[in-house]
Amino acid sequence: MAINWFKYSAPSTFYALAGKLIPWFAISAAMLFAVGLYIGFFVAPVDYQQGEFYRIIFIHVPASILSMFLYLVMAVYAALGLIFNTRLSAMMATAIAPTGALFAFISLWTGALWGKPMWGAWWVWDARLTSELILLFLYLGYMALHSSIDDPRRADRASALLAIVGSVNVPIIYFSVKWWNTLHQGSTIKFSGTSMHVAMQQAMFIMLAACWLYAIAIVLARVRSVILERERQTKWVAELPEVRA
Amino acid sequence: MKELTLFGMLKLVVQRDMTLAMRRRADVLTTLIFFVMVVSLFPLGVGPEMEMLRKIAPGVLWVAALLASMLSLGRLFSADHQDGTLEQMMLTPQPLAVIVLGKIIAHWMVSGLPLVLIAPVLGIQFDMQMETLGILILGLLLGTPVLSMIGGIGAALTLGLRGGGVLLSLLVLPLCIPILIFGTAAVDAVATGLSPVSHLSLLGALLVLALTFAPWVAAQALRISME
Amino acid sequence: MTGLDIWMRENPLTYVWLGSYAFALLIFVVELVLVRHKRKLTLEQIRLLREAGEED
Repeated sequence: MAINWFKYSAPSTFYALAGKLIPWFAISAAMLFAVGLYIGFFVAPVDYQQGEFYRIIFIHVPASILSMFLYLVMAVYAALGLIFNTRLSAMMATAIAPTGALFAFISLWTGALWGKPMWGAWWVWDARLTSELILLFLYLGYMALHSSIDDPRRADRASALLAIVGSVNVPIIYFSVKWWNTLHQGSTIKFSGTSMHVAMQQAMFIMLAACWLYAIAIVLARVRSVILERERQTKWVAELPEVRA
Repeated sequence: MKELTLFGMLKLVVQRDMTLAMRRRADVLTTLIFFVMVVSLFPLGVGPEMEMLRKIAPGVLWVAALLASMLSLGRLFSADHQDGTLEQMMLTPQPLAVIVLGKIIAHWMVSGLPLVLIAPVLGIQFDMQMETLGILILGLLLGTPVLSMIGGIGAALTLGLRGGGVLLSLLVLPLCIPILIFGTAAVDAVATGLSPVSHLSLLGALLVLALTFAPWVAAQALRISME
Repeated sequence: MTGLDIWMRENPLTYVWLGSYAFALLIFVVELVLVRHKRKLTLEQIRLLREAGEED
Protein backbone atom coordinates (compact mmCIF):
# COMPACT_ATOMS: atom_id res chain seq x y z
CA MET A 1 0.00 0.00 0.00
CA ALA A 2 2.85 2.39 0.81
CA ILE A 3 4.28 1.88 -2.64
CA ASN A 4 1.01 2.84 -4.27
CA TRP A 5 0.91 6.17 -2.48
CA PHE A 6 4.37 7.14 -3.62
CA LYS A 7 3.52 6.16 -7.13
CA TYR A 8 0.58 8.53 -7.09
CA SER A 9 2.67 11.33 -5.74
CA ALA A 10 4.38 11.55 -9.08
CA PRO A 11 2.62 14.19 -11.17
CA SER A 12 2.36 11.96 -14.22
CA THR A 13 0.57 9.11 -12.52
CA PHE A 14 -1.61 11.45 -10.49
CA TYR A 15 -2.62 13.24 -13.67
CA ALA A 16 -3.93 9.99 -15.13
CA LEU A 17 -5.61 8.96 -11.88
CA ALA A 18 -7.32 12.31 -11.46
CA GLY A 19 -8.57 12.16 -15.01
CA LYS A 20 -10.28 8.85 -14.33
CA LEU A 21 -11.76 9.96 -11.01
CA ILE A 22 -13.26 13.27 -12.06
CA PRO A 23 -16.33 11.91 -13.88
CA TRP A 24 -17.25 9.76 -10.88
CA PHE A 25 -17.11 12.66 -8.48
CA ALA A 26 -18.87 15.01 -10.84
CA ILE A 27 -21.77 12.71 -11.56
CA SER A 28 -22.31 11.72 -7.95
CA ALA A 29 -22.16 15.39 -6.97
CA ALA A 30 -24.85 16.23 -9.51
CA MET A 31 -27.06 13.39 -8.30
CA LEU A 32 -26.69 14.33 -4.68
CA PHE A 33 -27.45 17.95 -5.49
CA ALA A 34 -30.67 16.86 -7.15
CA VAL A 35 -31.69 14.65 -4.26
CA GLY A 36 -30.70 17.19 -1.65
CA LEU A 37 -32.60 20.00 -3.33
CA TYR A 38 -35.65 17.81 -3.72
CA ILE A 39 -35.72 16.93 -0.05
CA GLY A 40 -34.86 20.46 0.96
CA PHE A 41 -37.64 22.05 -1.03
CA PHE A 42 -40.38 19.46 -1.26
CA VAL A 43 -40.04 17.21 1.73
CA ALA A 44 -38.78 19.46 4.49
CA PRO A 45 -41.63 21.36 6.08
CA VAL A 46 -42.04 25.10 6.38
CA ASP A 47 -40.29 26.51 9.42
CA TYR A 48 -42.38 27.89 12.26
CA GLN A 49 -40.45 31.14 12.58
CA GLN A 50 -38.76 31.71 9.29
CA GLY A 51 -41.26 30.36 6.80
CA GLU A 52 -39.74 29.42 3.52
CA PHE A 53 -36.68 31.63 3.91
CA TYR A 54 -34.81 29.15 6.04
CA ARG A 55 -34.30 26.92 3.00
CA ILE A 56 -31.29 29.03 2.14
CA ILE A 57 -29.36 27.13 4.80
CA PHE A 58 -29.14 24.09 2.58
CA ILE A 59 -26.60 25.90 0.46
CA HIS A 60 -25.34 28.46 2.96
CA VAL A 61 -24.20 26.06 5.66
CA PRO A 62 -22.46 23.55 3.35
CA ALA A 63 -20.69 26.43 1.62
CA SER A 64 -19.44 27.78 4.96
CA ILE A 65 -18.30 24.41 6.18
CA LEU A 66 -16.58 23.67 2.92
CA SER A 67 -14.80 27.03 2.76
CA MET A 68 -13.34 26.45 6.21
CA PHE A 69 -12.49 22.82 5.65
CA LEU A 70 -10.88 23.50 2.29
CA TYR A 71 -8.62 26.08 3.89
CA LEU A 72 -7.48 23.45 6.35
CA VAL A 73 -6.86 20.91 3.61
CA MET A 74 -4.99 23.56 1.63
CA ALA A 75 -2.82 24.30 4.66
CA VAL A 76 -2.10 20.59 5.15
CA TYR A 77 -1.02 20.17 1.54
CA ALA A 78 1.04 23.33 1.89
CA ALA A 79 2.75 21.95 4.99
CA LEU A 80 3.40 18.63 3.27
CA GLY A 81 4.91 20.47 0.34
CA LEU A 82 7.18 22.50 2.60
CA ILE A 83 8.30 19.62 4.80
CA PHE A 84 8.68 16.84 2.24
CA ASN A 85 9.40 19.01 -0.76
CA THR A 86 6.87 17.16 -2.90
CA ARG A 87 5.85 19.09 -5.98
CA LEU A 88 2.40 17.58 -6.13
CA SER A 89 1.46 18.71 -2.62
CA ALA A 90 2.28 22.29 -3.53
CA MET A 91 0.25 21.98 -6.73
CA MET A 92 -2.74 20.67 -4.81
CA ALA A 93 -2.59 23.61 -2.42
CA THR A 94 -2.69 26.11 -5.28
CA ALA A 95 -5.51 24.21 -6.93
CA ILE A 96 -7.68 24.27 -3.81
CA ALA A 97 -7.47 28.01 -3.11
CA PRO A 98 -9.85 29.36 -5.79
CA THR A 99 -12.51 26.78 -4.96
CA GLY A 100 -12.27 27.59 -1.27
CA ALA A 101 -12.51 31.30 -2.01
CA LEU A 102 -15.57 30.80 -4.19
CA PHE A 103 -17.29 28.77 -1.49
CA ALA A 104 -16.52 31.52 1.01
CA PHE A 105 -18.05 33.99 -1.43
CA ILE A 106 -21.17 31.86 -1.84
CA SER A 107 -21.41 31.58 1.92
CA LEU A 108 -21.22 35.34 2.33
CA TRP A 109 -23.72 36.03 -0.42
CA THR A 110 -26.26 33.48 0.79
CA GLY A 111 -25.70 34.62 4.35
CA ALA A 112 -26.58 38.16 3.33
CA LEU A 113 -29.63 36.92 1.48
CA TRP A 114 -30.72 35.07 4.57
CA GLY A 115 -30.09 38.08 6.75
CA LYS A 116 -32.28 40.37 4.68
CA PRO A 117 -35.62 38.72 5.53
CA MET A 118 -34.46 38.07 9.08
CA TRP A 119 -33.00 41.42 9.99
CA GLY A 120 -34.03 43.73 7.21
CA ALA A 121 -30.46 44.47 6.21
CA TRP A 122 -28.24 42.94 3.56
CA TRP A 123 -25.32 42.76 5.88
CA VAL A 124 -25.23 42.34 9.62
CA TRP A 125 -21.98 41.98 11.45
CA ASP A 126 -22.83 38.52 12.60
CA ALA A 127 -19.80 36.74 14.07
CA ARG A 128 -19.86 33.87 11.63
CA LEU A 129 -20.37 36.05 8.58
CA THR A 130 -17.58 38.36 9.68
CA SER A 131 -15.22 35.43 10.23
CA GLU A 132 -16.20 34.16 6.80
CA LEU A 133 -15.30 37.54 5.31
CA ILE A 134 -11.89 37.42 6.97
CA LEU A 135 -11.45 33.87 5.67
CA LEU A 136 -12.15 35.19 2.17
CA PHE A 137 -9.44 37.82 2.72
CA LEU A 138 -7.04 35.07 3.76
CA TYR A 139 -7.81 33.12 0.59
CA LEU A 140 -7.39 36.21 -1.58
CA GLY A 141 -4.12 37.07 0.13
CA TYR A 142 -2.85 33.57 -0.55
CA MET A 143 -3.77 33.80 -4.21
CA ALA A 144 -2.36 37.31 -4.51
CA LEU A 145 0.97 36.29 -3.01
CA HIS A 146 1.21 33.24 -5.23
CA SER A 147 0.55 35.17 -8.41
CA SER A 148 2.98 37.96 -7.47
CA ILE A 149 5.96 35.65 -7.41
CA ASP A 150 7.36 34.61 -10.76
CA ASP A 151 9.53 31.73 -9.61
CA PRO A 152 7.09 28.82 -9.11
CA ARG A 153 9.15 27.23 -6.37
CA ARG A 154 9.37 30.40 -4.33
CA ALA A 155 5.71 31.09 -5.01
CA ASP A 156 4.68 27.67 -3.76
CA ARG A 157 6.80 27.83 -0.64
CA ALA A 158 5.98 31.42 0.28
CA SER A 159 2.25 30.97 -0.09
CA ALA A 160 2.52 27.63 1.74
CA LEU A 161 4.03 29.42 4.72
CA LEU A 162 1.32 32.04 4.52
CA ALA A 163 -1.37 29.35 4.47
CA ILE A 164 0.09 27.70 7.55
CA VAL A 165 0.35 31.00 9.43
CA GLY A 166 -3.21 31.75 8.35
CA SER A 167 -4.58 28.43 9.53
CA VAL A 168 -2.99 28.89 12.95
CA ASN A 169 -4.61 32.31 13.08
CA VAL A 170 -8.07 31.18 12.04
CA PRO A 171 -9.10 29.92 15.50
CA ILE A 172 -7.74 33.10 17.10
CA ILE A 173 -9.58 35.25 14.58
CA TYR A 174 -12.80 33.30 15.01
CA PHE A 175 -12.61 33.52 18.78
CA SER A 176 -11.89 37.23 18.78
CA VAL A 177 -14.66 38.00 16.31
CA LYS A 178 -17.13 36.01 18.37
CA TRP A 179 -16.08 37.95 21.44
CA TRP A 180 -16.37 41.20 19.52
CA ASN A 181 -19.83 40.27 18.38
CA THR A 182 -21.13 39.52 21.87
CA LEU A 183 -19.53 42.67 23.24
CA HIS A 184 -21.46 44.79 20.82
CA GLN A 185 -24.63 42.75 21.15
CA GLY A 186 -24.53 41.98 17.52
CA SER A 187 -27.20 40.14 15.65
CA THR A 188 -26.85 36.46 15.21
CA ILE A 189 -28.14 34.77 12.12
CA LYS A 190 -29.27 31.51 13.55
CA PHE A 191 -31.63 28.81 12.71
CA SER A 192 -34.32 28.12 15.29
CA GLY A 193 -33.88 24.40 15.26
CA THR A 194 -31.79 22.74 17.85
CA SER A 195 -34.37 20.15 17.02
CA MET A 196 -34.32 20.24 13.29
CA HIS A 197 -36.90 18.24 11.47
CA VAL A 198 -35.34 15.04 10.21
CA ALA A 199 -35.90 15.95 6.59
CA MET A 200 -34.01 19.19 7.12
CA GLN A 201 -31.10 17.27 8.59
CA GLN A 202 -31.14 14.88 5.68
CA ALA A 203 -31.20 17.66 3.12
CA MET A 204 -28.38 19.45 4.89
CA PHE A 205 -26.23 16.36 5.04
CA ILE A 206 -26.84 15.42 1.43
CA MET A 207 -26.11 18.95 0.21
CA LEU A 208 -22.91 18.97 2.26
CA ALA A 209 -21.83 15.73 0.63
CA ALA A 210 -22.78 17.10 -2.79
CA CYS A 211 -20.66 20.21 -2.28
CA TRP A 212 -17.77 18.07 -1.07
CA LEU A 213 -17.88 15.85 -4.13
CA TYR A 214 -18.16 18.87 -6.40
CA ALA A 215 -15.16 20.45 -4.69
CA ILE A 216 -13.07 17.31 -5.14
CA ALA A 217 -14.04 17.07 -8.80
CA ILE A 218 -13.27 20.68 -9.61
CA VAL A 219 -10.00 20.71 -7.65
CA LEU A 220 -8.83 17.57 -9.42
CA ALA A 221 -9.70 19.18 -12.74
CA ARG A 222 -7.81 22.34 -11.83
CA VAL A 223 -4.75 20.51 -10.57
CA ARG A 224 -4.52 18.66 -13.87
CA SER A 225 -4.03 21.99 -15.63
CA VAL A 226 -1.47 22.99 -13.02
CA ILE A 227 0.40 19.73 -13.55
CA LEU A 228 0.37 20.21 -17.31
CA GLU A 229 1.76 23.68 -16.99
CA ARG A 230 4.49 22.80 -14.52
CA GLU A 231 5.53 19.69 -16.38
CA ARG A 232 5.21 21.12 -19.86
CA GLN A 233 8.85 20.46 -20.73
CA THR A 234 8.69 16.77 -19.93
CA LYS A 235 8.40 13.86 -22.28
CA TRP A 236 5.35 12.29 -20.70
CA VAL A 237 3.37 15.47 -21.30
CA ALA A 238 4.52 15.72 -24.89
CA GLU A 239 3.19 12.23 -25.50
CA LEU A 240 -0.26 12.76 -24.02
CA PRO A 241 -3.08 12.11 -26.48
CA GLU A 242 -4.69 15.47 -25.75
CA VAL A 243 -1.46 17.24 -26.64
CA ARG A 244 -0.79 15.28 -29.81
CA ALA A 245 -4.30 15.91 -31.10
CA MET B 1 37.75 37.67 20.26
CA LYS B 2 34.97 37.08 22.71
CA GLU B 3 32.33 34.61 21.60
CA LEU B 4 29.12 36.39 20.61
CA THR B 5 26.19 35.31 22.74
CA LEU B 6 22.64 35.25 21.45
CA PHE B 7 21.77 38.26 23.52
CA GLY B 8 24.91 40.03 22.40
CA MET B 9 23.94 39.39 18.80
CA LEU B 10 20.47 40.73 19.47
CA LYS B 11 21.85 43.90 21.00
CA LEU B 12 24.20 44.34 18.08
CA VAL B 13 21.46 44.03 15.50
CA VAL B 14 19.14 46.39 17.37
CA GLN B 15 21.86 49.00 17.74
CA ARG B 16 22.82 48.74 14.10
CA ASP B 17 19.30 49.03 12.78
CA MET B 18 18.50 51.94 15.06
CA THR B 19 21.62 53.77 13.99
CA LEU B 20 20.70 53.26 10.36
CA ALA B 21 17.15 54.38 11.04
CA MET B 22 18.34 57.51 12.76
CA ARG B 23 20.30 58.44 9.67
CA ARG B 24 17.10 58.40 7.69
CA ARG B 25 14.96 60.24 10.14
CA ALA B 26 12.56 61.33 7.42
CA ASP B 27 11.28 57.79 6.99
CA VAL B 28 10.51 57.58 10.68
CA LEU B 29 8.74 60.91 10.72
CA THR B 30 6.59 60.17 7.68
CA THR B 31 5.06 57.19 9.43
CA LEU B 32 4.23 59.36 12.40
CA ILE B 33 2.78 62.11 10.23
CA PHE B 34 0.70 59.55 8.36
CA PHE B 35 -0.71 58.33 11.66
CA VAL B 36 -1.64 61.84 12.76
CA MET B 37 -3.16 62.65 9.38
CA VAL B 38 -5.30 59.55 9.17
CA VAL B 39 -6.65 60.15 12.64
CA SER B 40 -7.44 63.74 11.76
CA LEU B 41 -9.33 62.67 8.66
CA PHE B 42 -12.05 60.99 10.65
CA PRO B 43 -13.58 64.04 12.31
CA LEU B 44 -13.49 65.70 8.91
CA GLY B 45 -15.32 62.77 7.47
CA VAL B 46 -17.88 62.03 10.18
CA GLY B 47 -18.42 65.45 11.72
CA PRO B 48 -17.09 67.09 14.88
CA GLU B 49 -19.81 65.98 17.27
CA MET B 50 -17.89 65.18 20.45
CA GLU B 51 -20.22 62.48 21.71
CA MET B 52 -19.70 60.41 18.60
CA LEU B 53 -15.99 61.12 18.32
CA ARG B 54 -15.46 59.90 21.84
CA LYS B 55 -17.17 56.67 20.93
CA ILE B 56 -15.20 56.01 17.76
CA ALA B 57 -11.87 57.24 19.15
CA PRO B 58 -10.36 53.91 20.22
CA GLY B 59 -11.32 52.27 16.94
CA VAL B 60 -9.98 55.13 14.85
CA LEU B 61 -6.69 55.27 16.71
CA TRP B 62 -6.17 51.54 16.55
CA VAL B 63 -6.99 51.30 12.83
CA ALA B 64 -4.70 54.23 12.10
CA ALA B 65 -1.93 52.54 14.10
CA LEU B 66 -2.44 49.37 12.09
CA LEU B 67 -2.23 51.21 8.80
CA ALA B 68 0.78 53.27 9.82
CA SER B 69 2.63 50.14 10.93
CA MET B 70 1.85 48.47 7.62
CA LEU B 71 3.32 51.39 5.74
CA SER B 72 6.70 51.25 7.40
CA LEU B 73 7.09 47.47 7.35
CA GLY B 74 8.26 47.35 3.76
CA ARG B 75 11.51 48.90 4.92
CA LEU B 76 12.28 46.15 7.38
CA PHE B 77 14.37 44.02 5.09
CA SER B 78 14.57 45.93 1.83
CA ALA B 79 17.65 48.03 2.52
CA ASP B 80 19.71 45.07 3.70
CA HIS B 81 18.37 43.01 0.85
CA GLN B 82 19.48 45.53 -1.74
CA ASP B 83 23.04 45.96 -0.55
CA GLY B 84 23.67 42.28 0.13
CA THR B 85 23.84 42.49 3.92
CA LEU B 86 20.86 40.18 4.24
CA GLU B 87 22.69 37.40 2.46
CA GLN B 88 25.59 37.82 4.82
CA MET B 89 23.24 37.70 7.76
CA MET B 90 21.85 34.43 6.51
CA LEU B 91 25.31 32.91 6.32
CA THR B 92 26.33 33.64 9.91
CA PRO B 93 26.37 30.77 12.39
CA GLN B 94 24.02 32.75 14.62
CA PRO B 95 20.37 31.74 14.32
CA LEU B 96 18.62 33.89 11.75
CA ALA B 97 15.62 34.18 14.07
CA VAL B 98 17.67 36.20 16.53
CA ILE B 99 18.77 38.60 13.82
CA VAL B 100 15.20 38.94 12.62
CA LEU B 101 13.99 39.59 16.16
CA GLY B 102 16.60 42.28 16.53
CA LYS B 103 15.49 43.98 13.34
CA ILE B 104 11.86 43.80 14.38
CA ILE B 105 12.62 45.28 17.80
CA ALA B 106 14.54 48.12 16.22
CA HIS B 107 11.75 48.65 13.73
CA TRP B 108 9.17 48.79 16.49
CA MET B 109 11.18 51.24 18.54
CA VAL B 110 11.43 53.51 15.57
CA SER B 111 7.93 53.10 14.10
CA GLY B 112 5.62 51.59 16.70
CA LEU B 113 6.77 53.26 19.87
CA PRO B 114 6.40 56.81 18.51
CA LEU B 115 2.80 56.00 17.65
CA VAL B 116 2.19 54.90 21.22
CA LEU B 117 3.76 58.08 22.52
CA ILE B 118 1.79 60.43 20.33
CA ALA B 119 -1.53 58.61 20.75
CA PRO B 120 -2.49 60.46 23.97
CA VAL B 121 -2.33 63.79 22.16
CA LEU B 122 -4.61 62.50 19.44
CA GLY B 123 -6.88 60.91 22.02
CA ILE B 124 -7.42 64.27 23.60
CA GLN B 125 -8.49 65.60 20.21
CA PHE B 126 -11.27 63.06 20.47
CA ASP B 127 -12.10 64.04 24.01
CA MET B 128 -11.00 60.75 25.50
CA GLN B 129 -10.89 60.63 29.28
CA MET B 130 -7.83 59.89 31.37
CA GLU B 131 -8.59 56.27 32.26
CA THR B 132 -9.55 55.32 28.72
CA LEU B 133 -6.44 57.01 27.38
CA GLY B 134 -4.30 55.04 29.78
CA ILE B 135 -5.79 51.74 28.71
CA LEU B 136 -5.46 52.75 25.07
CA ILE B 137 -1.75 53.42 25.53
CA LEU B 138 -1.24 50.19 27.39
CA GLY B 139 -3.06 48.27 24.71
CA LEU B 140 -1.04 49.92 21.95
CA LEU B 141 2.12 49.18 23.87
CA LEU B 142 1.24 45.50 23.96
CA GLY B 143 -0.25 45.35 20.50
CA THR B 144 2.09 47.34 18.25
CA PRO B 145 5.00 44.92 18.82
CA VAL B 146 2.74 42.08 17.69
CA LEU B 147 1.86 44.10 14.60
CA SER B 148 5.56 44.53 13.90
CA MET B 149 6.17 40.83 14.34
CA ILE B 150 3.34 39.61 12.14
CA GLY B 151 4.31 42.32 9.69
CA GLY B 152 7.85 41.01 9.78
CA ILE B 153 6.63 37.68 8.48
CA GLY B 154 4.75 39.48 5.73
CA ALA B 155 7.77 41.62 4.86
CA ALA B 156 9.93 38.53 4.59
CA LEU B 157 7.42 36.79 2.34
CA THR B 158 7.02 39.77 0.02
CA LEU B 159 10.71 40.62 -0.15
CA GLY B 160 11.55 42.27 -3.45
CA LEU B 161 8.12 41.75 -5.01
CA ARG B 162 6.46 44.20 -7.34
CA GLY B 163 3.21 44.40 -5.36
CA GLY B 164 5.27 45.68 -2.45
CA GLY B 165 3.59 47.52 0.39
CA VAL B 166 0.00 47.00 -0.68
CA LEU B 167 0.44 43.24 -1.02
CA LEU B 168 2.08 43.20 2.39
CA SER B 169 -0.89 45.00 3.91
CA LEU B 170 -3.30 42.64 2.18
CA LEU B 171 -1.58 39.66 3.71
CA VAL B 172 -1.01 41.02 7.19
CA LEU B 173 -4.12 43.05 8.00
CA PRO B 174 -6.52 40.07 8.37
CA LEU B 175 -4.05 38.46 10.75
CA CYS B 176 -3.96 41.61 12.89
CA ILE B 177 -7.72 41.78 13.40
CA PRO B 178 -7.69 40.02 16.80
CA ILE B 179 -5.29 42.64 18.14
CA LEU B 180 -7.57 45.38 16.89
CA ILE B 181 -10.56 43.74 18.54
CA PHE B 182 -8.96 43.20 21.92
CA GLY B 183 -7.26 46.59 21.97
CA THR B 184 -10.47 48.49 21.34
CA ALA B 185 -12.49 46.19 23.59
CA ALA B 186 -10.18 47.01 26.48
CA VAL B 187 -10.82 50.72 26.06
CA ASP B 188 -14.56 50.20 25.71
CA ALA B 189 -14.56 48.11 28.85
CA VAL B 190 -13.06 50.90 30.88
CA ALA B 191 -15.43 53.40 29.34
CA THR B 192 -18.38 51.37 30.57
CA GLY B 193 -16.89 50.76 33.99
CA LEU B 194 -15.85 47.16 33.44
CA SER B 195 -12.43 45.69 33.89
CA PRO B 196 -10.07 45.73 30.93
CA VAL B 197 -7.85 43.07 32.47
CA SER B 198 -9.12 40.14 30.43
CA HIS B 199 -8.69 41.97 27.12
CA LEU B 200 -5.26 43.26 28.05
CA SER B 201 -4.13 39.84 29.20
CA LEU B 202 -5.28 38.41 25.88
CA LEU B 203 -3.15 41.02 24.16
CA GLY B 204 -0.30 40.03 26.42
CA ALA B 205 -0.81 36.39 25.54
CA LEU B 206 -0.73 37.24 21.83
CA LEU B 207 2.47 39.16 22.43
CA VAL B 208 4.11 36.18 24.09
CA LEU B 209 2.89 33.89 21.33
CA ALA B 210 4.25 36.23 18.68
CA LEU B 211 7.60 36.62 20.44
CA THR B 212 7.97 32.87 20.60
CA PHE B 213 7.09 32.00 17.03
CA ALA B 214 7.15 35.01 14.76
CA PRO B 215 10.92 35.55 14.51
CA TRP B 216 11.47 31.92 13.62
CA VAL B 217 8.66 31.91 11.04
CA ALA B 218 9.95 35.16 9.56
CA ALA B 219 13.43 33.63 9.31
CA GLN B 220 11.95 30.68 7.39
CA ALA B 221 10.12 33.11 5.15
CA LEU B 222 13.39 34.94 4.49
CA ARG B 223 15.06 31.69 3.50
CA ILE B 224 12.21 30.94 1.12
CA SER B 225 12.42 34.39 -0.43
CA MET B 226 16.15 34.30 -0.83
CA GLU B 227 16.63 30.86 -2.32
CA MET C 1 -36.04 49.21 -1.47
CA THR C 2 -39.49 48.60 0.00
CA GLY C 3 -40.66 47.35 -3.38
CA LEU C 4 -38.12 44.59 -3.07
CA ASP C 5 -39.22 43.87 0.48
CA ILE C 6 -42.83 43.42 -0.58
CA TRP C 7 -41.88 41.22 -3.50
CA MET C 8 -39.68 39.19 -1.23
CA ARG C 9 -42.39 38.51 1.29
CA GLU C 10 -44.88 37.54 -1.36
CA ASN C 11 -42.54 35.26 -3.27
CA PRO C 12 -40.26 33.71 -0.67
CA LEU C 13 -39.49 30.58 -2.62
CA THR C 14 -38.58 32.47 -5.76
CA TYR C 15 -36.41 34.76 -3.69
CA VAL C 16 -34.62 31.82 -2.13
CA TRP C 17 -34.22 30.09 -5.45
CA LEU C 18 -33.06 33.00 -7.53
CA GLY C 19 -31.02 34.60 -4.84
CA SER C 20 -29.09 31.67 -3.46
CA TYR C 21 -29.39 28.47 -5.43
CA ALA C 22 -29.38 29.97 -8.87
CA PHE C 23 -26.52 32.19 -7.75
CA ALA C 24 -24.54 29.25 -6.39
CA LEU C 25 -25.18 27.34 -9.59
CA LEU C 26 -23.93 30.33 -11.51
CA ILE C 27 -20.73 30.39 -9.48
CA PHE C 28 -20.22 26.68 -10.10
CA VAL C 29 -20.73 27.13 -13.82
CA VAL C 30 -18.31 30.05 -13.88
CA GLU C 31 -15.74 27.98 -12.02
CA LEU C 32 -16.19 25.10 -14.42
CA VAL C 33 -15.82 27.35 -17.45
CA LEU C 34 -12.68 28.92 -15.98
CA VAL C 35 -11.11 25.54 -15.30
CA ARG C 36 -11.88 24.23 -18.77
CA HIS C 37 -10.62 27.43 -20.36
CA LYS C 38 -7.38 27.22 -18.41
CA ARG C 39 -6.96 23.64 -19.58
CA LYS C 40 -7.52 24.62 -23.17
CA LEU C 41 -4.96 27.43 -22.97
CA THR C 42 -2.40 25.21 -21.27
CA LEU C 43 -2.77 22.48 -23.88
CA GLU C 44 -2.37 25.00 -26.69
CA GLN C 45 0.72 26.40 -25.04
CA ILE C 46 2.24 22.95 -24.79
CA ARG C 47 1.44 22.20 -28.41
CA LEU C 48 3.20 25.39 -29.46
CA LEU C 49 6.19 24.41 -27.34
CA ARG C 50 6.25 21.01 -28.94
CA GLU C 51 6.12 22.40 -32.43
CA ALA C 52 8.83 24.90 -31.68
CA GLY C 53 10.89 22.06 -30.27
CA GLU C 54 10.32 19.85 -33.28
CA GLU C 55 11.59 22.49 -35.65
CA ASP C 56 15.10 22.13 -34.29
